Amino acid sequence: MSEGHSTYTPKTGIERWFDARMPLPRLIYDSFVAYPVPRNLNYMWTFGGILSIMLVSQILTGIVLAMHYTSDTTLAFDSVEKIMRDVNSGWLLRYLHSNGASFFFVAVYIHIFRGLFYGSYKAPRELLWILGCIIYLLMMATGFMGYVLPWGQMSFWGATVITGFFSAIPLVGNWIQQLLLGGFAVDDPTLNRFFALHYLLPFMIAGVVVLHIWALHVVGQSNPTGIEVKSKTDTVAFTPYATIKDAFGMIVFLFIFAYFAFYLPNYLGHPDNYTVANPLKTPAHIVPVWYFLPFYAILRAITFNVGPINSKLGGVLCMFGAIAMLFLVAWLDTSKVRSAVYRPWYKLFFWLFVADAILLGWLGSQPAEGSYVFMAQMATLFYFAFFLVIMPVLGLIETPRRLPNSITEAVLEKNKGGSGHPAVAAAAPQTKG
Amino acid sequence: MKKILTSLALIGLVAAGTGAAGTSAIAAEEAHNAAAPTHFPIDEPKEMSWSFSGPFGTYDKGQLQRGLKVYKEVCSACHSMNLVAFRTLSDLGYSDAQIKSLAATYTIHDGPNDAGDMFDRPGKPSDHFPAPFANEEAAAASNGGAAPPDMSLLAKARGVERGFPQFVFDIFTQYDAGGPDYIHSLLTGYDQTPPAGMVIPEGTHYNPYFMSGVSLKMPKPLSDGQVTYDDGAPQTVDQYARDVSAFLTWAAEPHMEDRKKTGFRVLFFLLVFGALVYMTKRRVWADVAH
Repeated sequence: MSEGHSTYTPKTGIERWFDARMPLPRLIYDSFVAYPVPRNLNYMWTFGGILSIMLVSQILTGIVLAMHYTSDTTLAFDSVEKIMRDVNSGWLLRYLHSNGASFFFVAVYIHIFRGLFYGSYKAPRELLWILGCIIYLLMMATGFMGYVLPWGQMSFWGATVITGFFSAIPLVGNWIQQLLLGGFAVDDPTLNRFFALHYLLPFMIAGVVVLHIWALHVVGQSNPTGIEVKSKTDTVAFTPYATIKDAFGMIVFLFIFAYFAFYLPNYLGHPDNYTVANPLKTPAHIVPVWYFLPFYAILRAITFNVGPINSKLGGVLCMFGAIAMLFLVAWLDTSKVRSAVYRPWYKLFFWLFVADAILLGWLGSQPAEGSYVFMAQMATLFYFAFFLVIMPVLGLIETPRRLPNSITEAVLEKNKGGSGHPAVAAAAPQTKG
Repeated sequence: MKKILTSLALIGLVAAGTGAAGTSAIAAEEAHNAAAPTHFPIDEPKEMSWSFSGPFGTYDKGQLQRGLKVYKEVCSACHSMNLVAFRTLSDLGYSDAQIKSLAATYTIHDGPNDAGDMFDRPGKPSDHFPAPFANEEAAAASNGGAAPPDMSLLAKARGVERGFPQFVFDIFTQYDAGGPDYIHSLLTGYDQTPPAGMVIPEGTHYNPYFMSGVSLKMPKPLSDGQVTYDDGAPQTVDQYARDVSAFLTWAAEPHMEDRKKTGFRVLFFLLVFGALVYMTKRRVWADVAH
């Protein structure tokens, strides 16, 4: 973790030379080899590593795509098709990049839900969690701008609708919208600045990821029991234990990703985006990419005015509020127990919240009419109630189950109850690595 | 892990329940009225069996050649195909010489030359299919106000929403033929009598498979015997529609065979590598209870 506990001993001459001048090998050794991780981490803890490789994959495919892409409204659509048809393996790069964005979000949603389930945001990990929320926000901005670049119908109309939100903000709204667009409507300046920002933001994400990992290595990983590491027997060395488990998680994830990228590359997209953008022809239903659908449903659920706030501004406030909730969970959750494993009621509400988020996503893909609107309003109400009512109140009234004294005890208890595995755990696992 | 899976199944059920409840509520809300439908298409596209479906799907070259013939002799009178170059027709099994002579049958407007004049010349394999109209405005003016869509990507630009729960099953069946199914259904969906009382706007043609309304401007484009096939395939509207849908699928996704072949190798590698890593993982963790 910190330099004080370093167990690194340079063995070769070149390692000693580096260690005396810039101890990079020591940093790598301490962070990715000797770094102690709780021994009871399950596969939900492999998504941090999965997200890292997705970010690298997106940056690599994206840079090569940028070499062939033209961010001019008259050429953008055809340049993407040129990539698909004439660039060597261009179809592969583009499908990996467009599906990669989707799977980046699949992974980040699992990662976020894991944090909510196991209470990973609680002290001392509030800052770690908030840095994660910032990464998520940057990802949303990057994903949104990336979807505009192919300049199809959904690119254009999605950009029109989403930048239109900003005009709802009182006083400065129109000014912000025009600044974003570089004019009064989505056009060439918009496409050019979106391309520039779409290239820039991933590197900002990479920067915040460094901070995220730094903060993680200061406080250490949480774990399914939510009990802090107390002794050496609670942990195992990152290498080989976590590395091999992460590797397996990554391969399973990549398998599903590859299944989509190679066999269903357009499943997660919209057919309308294969029609070139036409400012004079509005598509029948404007729908954002799937990973924005829950927020889109919340935006459209506000169909009524509240005092001076009209429905449009109300929708925008709720949509941004829905994301803001995530930043606040460390203080909204009043429970002293971290993990939902020991919180029967929280566990129930957590799964209801997951179902609610999925329902909102589905509603976001449907037209905002008839009973869909009412369902979206109810689902939005539950979304906010989960954070603003259930989280604070439940922590005060819920009786948690008995907590084990330590991670080791929890592991031993589980293995006694389970079948087969001989409890050889008493042998200090730190002997390896 | 088992717990997580059970929970996931539970969420699925809850979501499915609410979803189904919602859909039926909406269905009940809109009393069915055949003469004034509110959702399009009126009839879902028919699912056909395509040679290119599934993980090992390949294009049927004979079918693509027939489809090209239908495009050349019928569709290309109104529809452009700007993104497709003659040279790529080698995918359909044509030799370089055949492609050269096919391209030469087209006249390409080129220039300016050394004297600064625009000129016409015979097509070359590197040219793209020339558009039937000089520009979009001309295309719109000759077709009752709306330009016929470019056909290069039509098979990927069309597709009727599959709805819940069909879109979940589609992941496992690898259903990606929404475009060709739609085009085939539309082309074979003319000649039907609209329900009594339905208002069909003047100058449009009723087609229950059209996804944006009760009728479309395009009149029935194909009729039996219209295109002569020399390989013995039936010369029917249904066969023409299948062939041209397959051809348009190729035009929209020329590297599909390569994609699926590569995909199989990638998945096979990941499966084997994954199994090895899993066994290594078991070995590494064998002496640690977790």
